[in-house]
Amino acid sequence: MRARVFVTLKPSVFDPQGRTIAEALHSLGYSNVGDVRQGKYFELDLATEEAGAARRLAAEVADKVLANPVIESYRIEVE
Amino acid sequence: MRFGIVVFPGSNCDEDAFHAARDVFGQDAEYLWHKDTDLKGADVVILPGGFAHGDYLRTGAMARFSPIMPAVRAFADRGGPVLGICNGFQILLESGLLPGAMLRNRGLKYRCEHVHVRVEQTDTPFTAAAAPGQVLQIPIGHGEGNYFAPPEMLEAIESNHQVILRYTDPGGRLDDAWNPNGSVHAIAGLCNERRNVVGMMPHPERACEALLGGVDGRAIFESVIGVFRSAESLALHATSVGVGAGRSATLSGADRSARLSGER
Repeated sequence: MRARVFVTLKPSVFDPQGRTIAEALHSLGYSNVGDVRQGKYFELDLATEEAGAARRLAAEVADKVLANPVIESYRIEVE
Repeated sequence: MRFGIVVFPGSNCDEDAFHAARDVFGQDAEYLWHKDTDLKGADVVILPGGFAHGDYLRTGAMARFSPIMPAVRAFADRGGPVLGICNGFQILLESGLLPGAMLRNRGLKYRCEHVHVRVEQTDTPFTAAAAPGQVLQIPIGHGEGNYFAPPEMLEAIESNHQVILRYTDPGGRLDDAWNPNGSVHAIAGLCNERRNVVGMMPHPERACEALLGGVDGRAIFESVIGVFRSAESLALHATSVGVGAGRSATLSGADRSARLSGER
């Protein structure tokens, strides 16, 4: 099964890269784009066919390595 | 005393730290390869600057899983002095040996310049030779030095006096214009609750010789060498007056170091 993990900075953490991207978009004329926040995307190839087990394994990996819990949160999609 | 300088793939300030310890201060120094588990009798461990594991995933995120780190952690748990410089500070944060995390510099630029930092606490092995409020001019070189801690953690850090260094103007005054990376509360260096593990973004090992532009970094090294010497002479004195009779006069590195911080 494949798990997708989306890691983003917590809302309380200032994201200078996201801000810079938003400003670049605005200077390109995209006034309808508001705030932008940049995150990370991981695809995990998991040796299990059970969605619950895949989700738990992905969460464990995310907790331990992929995300820094002080500044980041994550969500998981499993297929 | 013996300095143990950990080398990760991608560390690039290990030689500067080694040079400072051995050539400038005349101390014993050893490199500790990240895949080894032996600290080689180090009395103080330095995690040097650089880009361990290419800063892949997050700066310091991979290095915390290196085989040497459990030995470093055990050394720290015994009270041994550990100094993380720049990338080393980032590794200590990712390892949980220090609280908080590092973000990208607020201005997104890599800052390579001299900064002024004020010594906030002198009761750590790495600031004992400095005076409270002393301003040190030391170089930085980092793109991710924006220290962050969530409000509750930050409050605990401040009330425990764990902030060791703050970015200031040349006169030692707090001024956001003199904060090169946007770190909260202008934090440039921090210690753990036990006060034996210190992380700092500036590079003291690059400020130990006038030829390189300044000698304010000497205070960091003089502190840990001085504290070690005091602990050693205390131990020898105790032995010579018969206290702890039956113990050898030579303590292990960790035992000596344990006397330095919080083990009173």
